[in-house]
Amino acid sequence: MSTAVLGAAPAVFTPATLDYVALLPVLIVLGAAVVGVLVEAFVPRTSRYAAQVWVTLLSLVAALLALVLGAVNHQVGTAGLSQVGGTVKGSVVVDGPTLFLQGTILVFALLGALSLSERLGGVGADAFTPMGSSTPGSPQEAQAVKAGAMTAEVFPLFLFSVSGMMLFPAAGDLLTMFVALEVLSLPLYLLSGLARRRRLLSQEASLKYFLLGAFSSAFFLFGTALLYGFAGSVYLPDIATAIGARGSAFDGLLVPGVLMVLIGLLFKVGAVPFHMWTPDVYQGAPTPVTGFMAAGTKAAAFGAILRFLYVGVDQAQWDWRPALIVIAALTMIVGAVLSVTQTDVKRLLAYSSIAHAGFILVGVLSLSREGVSGTLFYLAAYGLATIAAFAIVGLVREGGSEATHLSQWTGLGKRHPWTAGIFAFLLLAFAGIPLTSGFTAKFAVFKPALESGTAGVVLVVLGLLCSAITVFVYVRVIVLMYFTDSSGDAVAVVEPSAFTTVTIAAGSLFTLVLGVAPASVLMLAERASQFIR
Amino acid sequence: MSSFLVPLADSAAAASHPATGVAAYGWLLVALPLLGAAILLVGGRRTDSWGPKLATGLSWAAFVVGFLVFLNLLGYAGEERSLSLHLYSWVPAGQFQLEAGMLFDPLSIAFVLLVTFVGSLIHVYSLGYMEHDPDKRRFFAYLNLFVAAMLLLVLADSYLLLYVGWEGVGLASYLLIGFWNFNPSYASAANKAFIANRVGDVGMAVAIMFLFWQFGAVDFSTVNGAVDGASQGAVTAIGLFLLLAACGKSAQFPLQSWLGDAMAGPTPVSALIHAATMVTAGVYLVVRSHAIFDAAPTAQLAVVIVGAITLIYGAIVGCAKDDIKKALAASTMSQIGYMMLAAGLGPVGYAFAIFHLLTHGFFKAGMFLGAGSVMHGMNDKVDMRGFGNLSSAMKITWATFGLGWLAILGVPPFAGFWSKDKIIEAAFIGEGWRPWVFGLATLIGAGITAFYMSRLFFMTFHGKKRWPEDAHPHESPPTMIYPMMILAAGSAVLGLILAWPFAQTAPIVSWLAPVVGGHDGAEHHPVLPVPVITVATLLVVALGAGYAWLRYCRDAVPRTAPVGSLLTRAARQDLYQDQVNEGLLMRPGLHLTRALVFLDKRGVDGAAGGLAALIGGSSSRLRRVQNGLARSYALTMLLGVVVILGVVWVVQ
Repeated sequence: MSTAVLGAAPAVFTPATLDYVALLPVLIVLGAAVVGVLVEAFVPRTSRYAAQVWVTLLSLVAALLALVLGAVNHQVGTAGLSQVGGTVKGSVVVDGPTLFLQGTILVFALLGALSLSERLGGVGADAFTPMGSSTPGSPQEAQAVKAGAMTAEVFPLFLFSVSGMMLFPAAGDLLTMFVALEVLSLPLYLLSGLARRRRLLSQEASLKYFLLGAFSSAFFLFGTALLYGFAGSVYLPDIATAIGARGSAFDGLLVPGVLMVLIGLLFKVGAVPFHMWTPDVYQGAPTPVTGFMAAGTKAAAFGAILRFLYVGVDQAQWDWRPALIVIAALTMIVGAVLSVTQTDVKRLLAYSSIAHAGFILVGVLSLSREGVSGTLFYLAAYGLATIAAFAIVGLVREGGSEATHLSQWTGLGKRHPWTAGIFAFLLLAFAGIPLTSGFTAKFAVFKPALESGTAGVVLVVLGLLCSAITVFVYVRVIVLMYFTDSSGDAVAVVEPSAFTTVTIAAGSLFTLVLGVAPASVLMLAERASQFIR
Repeated sequence: MSSFLVPLADSAAAASHPATGVAAYGWLLVALPLLGAAILLVGGRRTDSWGPKLATGLSWAAFVVGFLVFLNLLGYAGEERSLSLHLYSWVPAGQFQLEAGMLFDPLSIAFVLLVTFVGSLIHVYSLGYMEHDPDKRRFFAYLNLFVAAMLLLVLADSYLLLYVGWEGVGLASYLLIGFWNFNPSYASAANKAFIANRVGDVGMAVAIMFLFWQFGAVDFSTVNGAVDGASQGAVTAIGLFLLLAACGKSAQFPLQSWLGDAMAGPTPVSALIHAATMVTAGVYLVVRSHAIFDAAPTAQLAVVIVGAITLIYGAIVGCAKDDIKKALAASTMSQIGYMMLAAGLGPVGYAFAIFHLLTHGFFKAGMFLGAGSVMHGMNDKVDMRGFGNLSSAMKITWATFGLGWLAILGVPPFAGFWSKDKIIEAAFIGEGWRPWVFGLATLIGAGITAFYMSRLFFMTFHGKKRWPEDAHPHESPPTMIYPMMILAAGSAVLGLILAWPFAQTAPIVSWLAPVVGGHDGAEHHPVLPVPVITVATLLVVALGAGYAWLRYCRDAVPRTAPVGSLLTRAARQDLYQDQVNEGLLMRPGLHLTRALVFLDKRGVDGAAGGLAALIGGSSSRLRRVQNGLARSYALTMLLGVVVILGVVWVVQ
């Protein structure tokens, strides 16, 4: 993209230097997505599900291997860069934070794909409607069910989304960032609307997500245009240089530009006041999609926020920092307080994710290397716990449909002690109780915030108060599961296949390990916390 | 006061040796009971037959390890008695050093011995008490979990690891209060305990963050060494937040409301957790943080005030309760008030706070077990108005309970006389109004204590028999009797041993001196002569006990409680603590949440019903709501953008 010199400029064409090793993980996932489309077209229906699952899982494992090997054996950091005029600028920057987040997202994707593939004895993935194009409740839909139809196209859609997420934190210019944003979002809009049960709710969630996503994208683009007007370039290093040499006629464009780009990004992480979509979409989307979306989107979008703030507009921090501090405070408060009155497990986790976005923002706002590593660690810890938690939510059923109302969870601990026990453990992790990943993560973001000045201290105290509120919420669920008599035994945990079992086991195991012995991952995050500027 | 203490704290911190010998295996103290909990919980029904015995055995094993470490520590000279055991590097990344380690010093070992010894006795007692409970395996697993967490709490060498144990005992206590959760009011009691503790835990978390911010570390030795250089404001803030944490855990004013309700748990739990060990963790925290409190007189004064209020408060509530366990709970609250007050007095009081904590651990646990034995014989009845003259049916319970009663009254030479009297004396030390206010508070408290404990004792064991015809009170099985006898023996002699009046300084004081700093008796004199205080104390105790004898032993006790005076009625309601909490905290909180939800759902959604209607509603309605929602969501975003840009524009 750096070389797309269009129109009137003198035509000296310099081809971009592309480091294919560094780009390989993204390329593998993208390639597999394309293969998935072909599978959808050419593989007979009977073996389509198996083929898609294999393509998805193998490509994700391959991408993860490529990423790890590339990071170990290759001089990291020069991928996809072009040297122009002495400054390093590129559209895709593969540096420490990128590698860490891409690895994290790939792990999320692997676990997410496993829980996505859960069939529970049916022909296709259980969470998805057999025919997305049919009207809910129509004869057409009934026919599709009878004929054993399935929407195996969720797998390539899922892979496209993953590739977008991997590109998002690596984007070194605002246009690439926008492309990544759309590549990750569009498949998610579709996936949200394909739930097998409560399809109206699902389709509504999808439409809402799409409309509001488009709205926020417009802000992002408008901000990009303003910043281009200010700096004459969309490259983050160029914008940084332009800020350093202020005094152009277009200075007034800087602050609105920065804030509008930020608004586009904050929408994706569900920060207040751009959070309204979160509970509805989390509730409506098929549960495995919700889990993956909550974990992956957050990691990718926070990666982009970090790069934009730390590389691009770092020097203008006095202009945007107050606004972001207010947003972080609001996000924590609204997320925590509103979670108190939720009666639906998925909505409760949605508000919890909003509160977590606030906690992560506190880490981002510390504007130090430690802040970056804390944020990276938080994203990994939160995502793993979230995917496992949503995988469990997907298993609690009443009459074949997911039982997400909290009243349906009463007494679950007595009938299914293991499932309820793991869920309770994950909730404690969300609450940040010691010896879970949540505690280490909160510690990792709050500590640099404390060292960043008065605003940081205020945010940390606020954060602790908000975590206390959320603890109350989570423990209420635990009390419901263990200490309240059940209304009946119509609600049961369905027996999952190995796929979901692996997701839940891996997610909760990571949650435990990152709480008890987090050293290695913390160190990895710290080593990976340096951006290439 | 602080000037001579800080170097002392420094030297204590510097003199920490790496643990060798038995102490190197000190981690077993936590690991053994934890292993027991894991085996019993994971093993499931298979362990039903032998699980409880295994748990009891592991608890005793922990006591043996603790005792060996104690002997090991005795081998060092006084100032050298501090062994540190490095466990592992919890978070060893860059600037962010967090080591997990244990600290064996006189203070922590005193707790270890109390927790493991009383804890093991209560394990034995529970073998009898819980014999017929179908879920006793789970009960013993939780008991073991509690012992492990409590030991981690007292052995931690940093505030952060202490916090882990702190949350652990909270969890175990919560599980055990709600153990008989088939009763909804019991489960709600567990909830209340949880919320009050949560408020305290926030204090703890904030204090830890402040410690980090101020000192860059959270281990005791670094913090103690660096208190000198810290600003007064910061140290005071840390002290106050630590006090908040202590109030939550130790049921001190204003977070006292949960302890009475926590009595819903099985009686051995009340004895172990809500009398002898966990509730005293707050006192431990204050004494452990002595360097911080010594440097922050304001926080110290707050500790004394909290202690004084709670000791009177608990005593008044104790006078009106007819439920034997709730009366004991109020007494616990009041006695911990004494310890808090002593801990807040500074170096003159630390050792006595711990001293009273140890003796109280014995006599109060013994009395709770006695109450459990009474309930065991009386079909789980707890109303003392339905007891009376039980001494005829349960001789051993009467005798053991009686020793505990004499001990808490402070009758010489039983345990309470030595420990509580020292606190009263220490409270009279000082200048200005303080010794008079706090000294008189402790003195009056002693009188009220004598009244309500005698009332409890006489109503239960003496007077006319008031139990119904179908009750057949009988003595409890040996597994329950023996622990009670051992604890009663402790109530009788422990005070004398630890205070040994013939030595120059009391053994407990010289034992704890390396940790908290010894106080030189010559420097501080109470505002009244010591014999006067002692005689006055004995006098008010005799008055209180005598009045109780007149009203509850000589006179007949009515089967239904009389209406009573205004104060009695208030005390029966725990001095309206629930109503106050509800009015001041719960209602505004509820309104705030409701208002926010209203804004979220109605004000912004625009459409009535929101998602609730969606789930069950018809499709035509769905479409209408759908439009309204997305549009209003977008509107919120737009408003947010406008506000942010507007504010930034105005500011610039």
